[in-house]
Amino acid sequence: MDQAPLIRLEDVTKTYRMGDVEVHALRGVSLSVELGEFTAVMGASGSGKSTLMNILGCLDRPTTGRYLLDGQEVSHLGTEALAGIRNRTIGFVFQSFNLLPRTSALENVELPLLYAGAGAVDRHARAAASLAQVGLADRADHFPNQMSGGQQQRVAIARALVTRPRVILADEPTGNLDSRTSVEVMALFQELGRSGITVVLVTHEPDIAQYASRVVTMRDGRVRSDVRRAARRAEPLPPGEAAAAEEALP
Amino acid sequence: MSWFQTLRVALRALLRNKMRSFLTTLGIVIGVSAVIAMVAIGDGAKARVEAQFSAMGSNLLMVLPGTTTAGGAHGGFGSMPTLTWDDLRAIQTEIPTVRYAAPSLRATAQVLSEDQNWTTTVIGTTPDYFDIRSWPIAAGSLFTSVDVDGATKVAVLGQTVVDKLFGPNANPVGQVIRVKNVPFTVVGSLSKKGQSQWGMDFDDCVIVPVSTFRQKIQGGLGNYLGGIIMVSATGPSTVSRTESLVRGLLRDRHRLPPGTDDDFSIRNLAEIASASQEGTRTLTTLLAAIAAVSLLVGGIGIMNIMLVSVTERTREIGLRMAVGAKPGDIRLQFLVEALALAVAGGLIGVGLGLGAARWMASSFGWQVLYRPDVIFIAVGFSGLVGVGFGFYPAHRASRLDPITALRFE
Repeated sequence: MDQAPLIRLEDVTKTYRMGDVEVHALRGVSLSVELGEFTAVMGASGSGKSTLMNILGCLDRPTTGRYLLDGQEVSHLGTEALAGIRNRTIGFVFQSFNLLPRTSALENVELPLLYAGAGAVDRHARAAASLAQVGLADRADHFPNQMSGGQQQRVAIARALVTRPRVILADEPTGNLDSRTSVEVMALFQELGRSGITVVLVTHEPDIAQYASRVVTMRDGRVRSDVRRAARRAEPLPPGEAAAAEEALP
Repeated sequence: MSWFQTLRVALRALLRNKMRSFLTTLGIVIGVSAVIAMVAIGDGAKARVEAQFSAMGSNLLMVLPGTTTAGGAHGGFGSMPTLTWDDLRAIQTEIPTVRYAAPSLRATAQVLSEDQNWTTTVIGTTPDYFDIRSWPIAAGSLFTSVDVDGATKVAVLGQTVVDKLFGPNANPVGQVIRVKNVPFTVVGSLSKKGQSQWGMDFDDCVIVPVSTFRQKIQGGLGNYLGGIIMVSATGPSTVSRTESLVRGLLRDRHRLPPGTDDDFSIRNLAEIASASQEGTRTLTTLLAAIAAVSLLVGGIGIMNIMLVSVTERTREIGLRMAVGAKPGDIRLQFLVEALALAVAGGLIGVGLGLGAARWMASSFGWQVLYRPDVIFIAVGFSGLVGVGFGFYPAHRASRLDPITALRFE
């Protein structure tokens, strides 16, 4: 291995205390993810995949073990420092999109830049570029309730991309989408992988996982299997919508 | 996040719920507008009273001669002359806190010009009188101590008398008027002073040297001073000390044994003025209490709505944290929202209050006085209320765990 992995977990455990009961959500996970890799994390509910995602996303800290993100040990960082890392290094995509209502697509995409301290001009330019990257340049001033689920998720992806992060963490990103739009979103993720962004995706749908080049399966807080294989290429774009998107572009 | 951005986000959040935001600020609006209006009216009333009393004279004491008691019937103050010219001189020379002291002898008399006549009060006094009453001259000059010493037949006229004898805006200087058939040369006229609080026209008078007054208009009390003594203290702080010094001096001079009543009386105008402002002060205290209560209620309203808002926007908070908002950013955002609500309420309140004061001024003819410091204090105070009551909800928002917040339904 000539390059340090982007993500490196070393024997990470996570224990929650719920009243008197200790819940072992992770019981020793070691995992390395290379730059540009497209990884799907699968597992039943309660398998620890959500906890793993929270730790990968610096939303939570491991109880024991080490987490190196982009060469930096982050498992002991404080709340403020973690917020900074989330802002610069990580982009989140959620199942329920989590767009701010009554706020235009452009401003939703700008949100992370607000906390990065970017100036207004810079913010608008970068958010617009990010929207263009997901094919929604013409929807910048639309509100979330004026867009389809697929479009909303693409806005969310644009928001995740806008700070040019190293990692995109997607938690069931297709959970609220129909199969056609799901493929669309997966195609977008594959494209990101090709451009050097690491994507980690949590899903329970094998159909979705097949678009990833690596599938990690969790069970009872441990990695049960870790398979690298050729990913199925997502080639969806229904002709109607693709044409519409292209027409609208200047 | 920059302050400007924070403010923008806060305003946008507030404008998203316009009705709710407005209702929330209503407590503060009412409190602030009540205070602004009432203070404007209260200050106006106070200023009017002050103006009226300062027209009487500055730091003024009036020494009135004593009473007679004839067969058990008490005469009023001034019914018997007990003050002597030596008393006046003693007050002038022996009390250090006395700036001026002047006699004021009054008589009602008919005054004639060439073709008009007017019955007015003729006052005999010394030039210090004009200083005691801080009464500037409008035309000509005042008479001097030389006139007093020589009992010259000169007179200074109040504006009302000038109007009645010579017509409005006439210059009476050099004219001759006759009082009790004695010709007086008018040397000057006084500027307009207006009415006393009880409706007496200060300008309806003719002022002549006290010596001339005694010789030609109303004489005959010998050593006794047939009027009152007006005393001006050196400053507002020495008025009451002057009062007790004058009292002690006069009791000594009149050889009154301890335990007996004074045979004179002293009126302290500053005291009368402050008594007449007591009501205003009570009103002001009451207002401050109302304001405090309504700001408190307003603050609780803001806190309540901010708590609701934090709960409603839990997912938004979670999202903002996920994309890099630090707890401080979240806290600041909600604090600024509470602050904006409160300050907006304060500003609306100021506008309403000024409007109400103006309306009352024009419809009831009340004098109002707008004090910029009260406006700043009112707005500042509402801001303080916003921050004070907004802190807890904002702190709660900042302490949310992003993972739980993102899953919040």
